[in-house]
Amino acid sequence: MTIGILSYGAGNTASVLNAIKRLGYNAIISSQVAELEKTDKLIFPGVGHAAQAMASIKSQQLDILLRSYSRPVLGICLGMQLLGRYSAEGSTTTLGIIPFDVKHFSVQLKVPHMGWNAVEHTSTGIFKQIPSSSHFYFVHSYYVPQSNASIAICNYQIPFTAAVAEGNYYGVQFHPEKSGDAGAQLLQNFLTL
Amino acid sequence: MLTKRIIPCLDIKNGRTVKGVQFKNLQDAGDPVELASAYSAKGADELTLLDITATLDNRSTFVDVVRDVARSISIPFTVGGGISSIAQVEQLLAAGADKVSVNSAAISNPDLIAQLARQFGNQCVVVAIDAKRTSKGWIVVSHAGTATTTLQAVDWAKQCEERGAGEILLTSLTSDGTRSGFALDLVGDVARNVGIPVVASGGAGTPQHFVDVFNLAKADAALAAGIFHFGNVTIQVVKDEMRRAGIPTR
Repeated sequence: MTIGILSYGAGNTASVLNAIKRLGYNAIISSQVAELEKTDKLIFPGVGHAAQAMASIKSQQLDILLRSYSRPVLGICLGMQLLGRYSAEGSTTTLGIIPFDVKHFSVQLKVPHMGWNAVEHTSTGIFKQIPSSSHFYFVHSYYVPQSNASIAICNYQIPFTAAVAEGNYYGVQFHPEKSGDAGAQLLQNFLTL
Repeated sequence: MLTKRIIPCLDIKNGRTVKGVQFKNLQDAGDPVELASAYSAKGADELTLLDITATLDNRSTFVDVVRDVARSISIPFTVGGGISSIAQVEQLLAAGADKVSVNSAAISNPDLIAQLARQFGNQCVVVAIDAKRTSKGWIVVSHAGTATTTLQAVDWAKQCEERGAGEILLTSLTSDGTRSGFALDLVGDVARNVGIPVVASGGAGTPQHFVDVFNLAKADAALAAGIFHFGNVTIQVVKDEMRRAGIPTR
């Protein structure tokens, strides 16, 4: 199995690679469509600004790759948010793979939502063997509202989407690569889908 | 519910963990990679690694430690100590750090905060503020406590937030290493006046001190070094005490 980590200048690709290596796998970090097309699993990390990330993705035609990829894709944090139609961050048109729009947190609590929060899910799919209410590590100021694609929910004054799934596309708002044992199990589940 | 974070801090000198009192009298506290892995396994929510030598010679040793720690642990960690440029931050993030903390360089060049926030995102930029109790209130000190400024800690924290800091790491130099408790007045004042998370540091000695800094001073996270390194108190004991006091923990 070849695992690709999509690199576009806005992701903490080293952390994702470290986490995959701890599970006993290897992966290639690449921004080349030709290389990534040949992979069996694609991880789409992201830390940074939606508008800049989309510009970088488009300039390397990675948007076309992401839309046409037929094997499992896992978007992490900003990577998940970019799977949607639109992000309020920089009023950005995003990939439009899953029908949701990303909003800014307008809560009385501190923003960014940073730290470990409990995630409610059904312990199936990428959450197999993970107890519901396990804690995962989040760092974000924008969120995906609940929708039909939501497979896990977190609460920060308001409920929001902690994970999505639609077809071969998966997304998690938290950082599985930084979420201890629960995060490692989730990555393992994704890699063995 | 978002949990309150417990953050062990590793002060690194020449590739080893050390710990002092009020930033002096350093004692060896072990191998940083072993300690980091042990804390990660024992329930630490995050780690902080500070390069306390931060001279040019030792810089590459610290980057090696950061790289090794990043390979070994699966929780987030912040690195700091002598950071003054975008190039240094790039190197540390590439080595696997999640956040960087800037201190003295941000005081002499506050634009650095905005530059780092633009380049790497607010979530990545921690401003470390060291403060000392004086007759004029809590005053910011720099260069590991060896230089005094005229800045009030609360004013400086607010300015850091405006410039794009994503978190404040607030250390009471007056309390550091004393194990007499966190500076609740300092932490409370800063935490009430900024909209970004505040990590309280300096003075942890008992599990009750953590309960107090969360319940009374509204800290978002608490950092400690000595009491964890020398085995006086474990992270689990602190978290048990927090749970009994109704504080959300992982």
